[in-house]
Parts: sequence; C-alpha cells; structure tokens
Amino acid sequence: MSRVRVLVGTRKGAFVLTADGARRDWDVQGPLFAGWEVFHVAGSPVAPDRLYASQASSWFGQVVHRSDDGGATWRTVGNEFAYDGVPGTHQWYDGTPHPWEFAKVWHLEPSLSDPEVVYAGVEDAALFRSDDGGETWRELSGLRGHGSGPHWQPGAGGLCLHTILQHPGDPARLTVAISAAGAFRTDDAGATWRPVNRGLRSEGIPDERAEVGHCVHKITAHPDRPETLFMQKHWDVMRSDDGGGTWAEVSGDLPTDFGFPVAVHAHEPETVYVVPITSDSLHYPPDGRLRVYRSRTGGHEWEPLTAGLPQEHCYVNVLRDALAVDAMDPCGLYVGTTGGQVYATADAGDTWSPIVRDLPAVLSVEVQTLP
Amino acid sequence: MTAASTATVRVTLPTHLRDLARVRGEVVLTVEGGAPTVRTVLDALERRHPQLRGTIRDHGGERRRPFVRFFACQRDLSHDPLDTPLPDPVARGEEPFLVVGAMAGG
Repeated sequence: MSRVRVLVGTRKGAFVLTADGARRDWDVQGPLFAGWEVFHVAGSPVAPDRLYASQASSWFGQVVHRSDDGGATWRTVGNEFAYDGVPGTHQWYDGTPHPWEFAKVWHLEPSLSDPEVVYAGVEDAALFRSDDGGETWRELSGLRGHGSGPHWQPGAGGLCLHTILQHPGDPARLTVAISAAGAFRTDDAGATWRPVNRGLRSEGIPDERAEVGHCVHKITAHPDRPETLFMQKHWDVMRSDDGGGTWAEVSGDLPTDFGFPVAVHAHEPETVYVVPITSDSLHYPPDGRLRVYRSRTGGHEWEPLTAGLPQEHCYVNVLRDALAVDAMDPCGLYVGTTGGQVYATADAGDTWSPIVRDLPAVLSVEVQTLP
Repeated sequence: MTAASTATVRVTLPTHLRDLARVRGEVVLTVEGGAPTVRTVLDALERRHPQLRGTIRDHGGERRRPFVRFFACQRDLSHDPLDTPLPDPVARGEEPFLVVGAMAGG
C-alpha cells in the first residue's frame, strides 16, 4: 500500500487530495463540480478508480457523476430517484402528514464486492440501489414500507438516510440509519426490514425508549468485527455487540457526548474515534478547542487528541461524514470541518496537521488506500 | 420533415448548466414539430444534452423546478402553459430563449 486518496465534498465543489504512504506531501485537485454542493464522494472498494459524486443544488436538483479513472475525468450518470409506487406520507416537523419528496442524495455507498452495485441514501429518507454503476436507480422500498415509515419525522437537517453499512460476509445484510427515525436492518438484501434501536434513549421524544424516532447521527463497524457497531447518536455514543439487536451507552468520560461522526481504527477493532461537539444548540467544539477523542477500550474511557489541532478560538463543526480512516499502518485519520480545513494524522491520531485550510465548508471526507 | 415544421432556437443556459452540458455560449437547437414551445425546446435540449435531464424540470417533463425561470423577449414565460408557442422572434432565431436560475442572496 503506497498511496492514499482523500475525497472531499464541500458546499462549493469537490476536492481530491493525494499523497504517498508517508502522508506528508499532498497534491490538491479541485474544485471539481465548482459551485455545486457536493454531499458525498465515494470510491468502490473493489474497483478503486471508480468514484461516485453526489451534487445537489436548490436550483437544479440532483446530479450524480461517476469517474472510472480515479477522478481524472467524470461523466454524469442517472439522477432519477423515483420512489416505488405511491410514496405516501411521513410526519412533518409539526406532526402533520407530509408527502414523501425526493430532495437530494446524502450518501453513496459502493458495494464491497460488485463494482456495478452502489447504494444511495437520500432525503426524504429512502434507500436506492443501482446495479449498473449508477446509470439507473431503484428504491428498496421495503424500508419505507416496513410499517413505521408514516411516523418518521425529519431532524433539523431534513429526513435523511445518511448511513449505509454493509456486512462484509453477507451481501444481503445492510444496516442503515435515518435522522430522526433511527437504525434499521435487512437480512434479505432490502426486501424486509426491522428497526434495531433497542437500548437507545432519547430525551425530547414522547417515549424516550421508542422503537423508532431516535436521531442517529452515524454508525460504523470494523470489517473484522461486523457484529460490533458503534453509534454516535444526537446525544450519546452507543455500542452494540449483536449487530444492532441491543445497544449500550459507552460515552463514559467524554466532555460531551453530542457529535456527528464516529470511526474505528483500521487495525484495532476496539479503538474508536469521535469528535465531541458542545450541544445540539451549539454546533462547535467545547471550549473552542477541536479535540478528537480516542477510546482504546471500545468506549467508556476516552483520551483527547489535540496535538496539531486548534486549541483556542475554534468554532467549527465536524459533520457526520467528515471523519475517515485509511488502512495504512499506522492508520491515518482525516477530519473535515465546516471551516474548510481538512486535518490529517498519519499516526492514528497522536499528531495532526492540516492538508488544506481554506476550502468551502466540508460536508464529507472519504479516504481510499491504494496499492 | 419539411423546413416549415422545424425551427432554429437559440437557448441561453445558466453557468452551472452550461458546465454540466459542457457547452460555451448559446446552444442552438433544431426544434421539430411546428411552432416551438417551452416543451419542444426543452425536449430538444435534453435530447442533445441528456445530462440536463431533471435539472430544469422533473423527469416527467411537466413540472419546472421552482427556482428555474424561463424568459424571452423581456417577458417571463415561466408560468405559461408548456405548449404555448414561444414568441415569434424566438421561433425565428432572432432572440434567445433564456433558462435562468432565480436570483438569491441579498
């Protein structure tokens, strides 16, 4: 493994940052799709030069681009995300029924095994699948139709499906997360779904332990431990050791357990990273200090990682898809901020430095580890 | 197809859509089917540049995206029925048909 490629989506375009294995000297390409809001750029794990990018505009709607040469050239693929059948309604902020309306693609998740298969998580919350490299999309409508869909309510950012977790040993098993409905799992490739939120507790909803209605911000898992899931909820960092069947809180000694992203070390399945944010009304780090927290014990006990990160006057946010981990040894981490910085560490979080400082607000960061 | 049933229409796109379609300046389209309308012009535009599908109107072709406007000859045609003939100067290629992103900001 000799190179890394960091894929950055921002409010005004995408950027591709590349470096060799030392991860000291970076080449910055971009802006790609200048002026478009790029929610997510993701590469295929089995065909790394195949990349997908989601652009959205309030004026011109949704566009999806694909590259087959690692980002050197791009072309548009399908942008028709039609809900299956009569879409029905979900709940609006005020509790009234609201028709399901497609707004944008929040997250693209290329298949772990088939380069032609890619999933898209969209707002209003639904899961789409393409079997032809993004040319056409069909909804896996069993998710919205499993029963609780009419009761889903949007979070502040919209009713979005933002997390798609594939089981590395079982392509039929997917876990998704929706703000503010919760986590859902299928074991039959999307035909049938069930909520997997037992153990979550959310103040601010009528039944704190309801089966659905939780504002899950992100879920992740280590590929060697697919039954162990880590979740950053609106408040609370949670852990499941039975594939989402039950959850337990592992926030422990974090200064605040509000935040958006969560990630796992590439080689240590019990080493977990979060970025604590002050609160749901103060979307910036506590005390104006940007600290990534690392737990080497699968939660509960956390240490702040500060070297090279701003420790005064820092009032940026780190969004749910803006923390990524490469597969080098030691692994690197990449944090994108709403202030336009992308910070990197090549020693699993011990020391950090900025790759870029002045991009538009960063919406997403992914990293590919290349041969 | 006779010459009388086609028209040459000039279309001006906003920057983002020109970039998406990879064109510079105006797009010049041959529009078939008699007097050109918003519908037939957009049909011809999307045939020439399929990457614009869904960005100006919905995929069904019936609904203009809310922040997109259609202007020609100093008139706002955005709310005209899609099958209304465009002004004669547009049909004759003397004036462009403008696809405009609504102004936003302050």
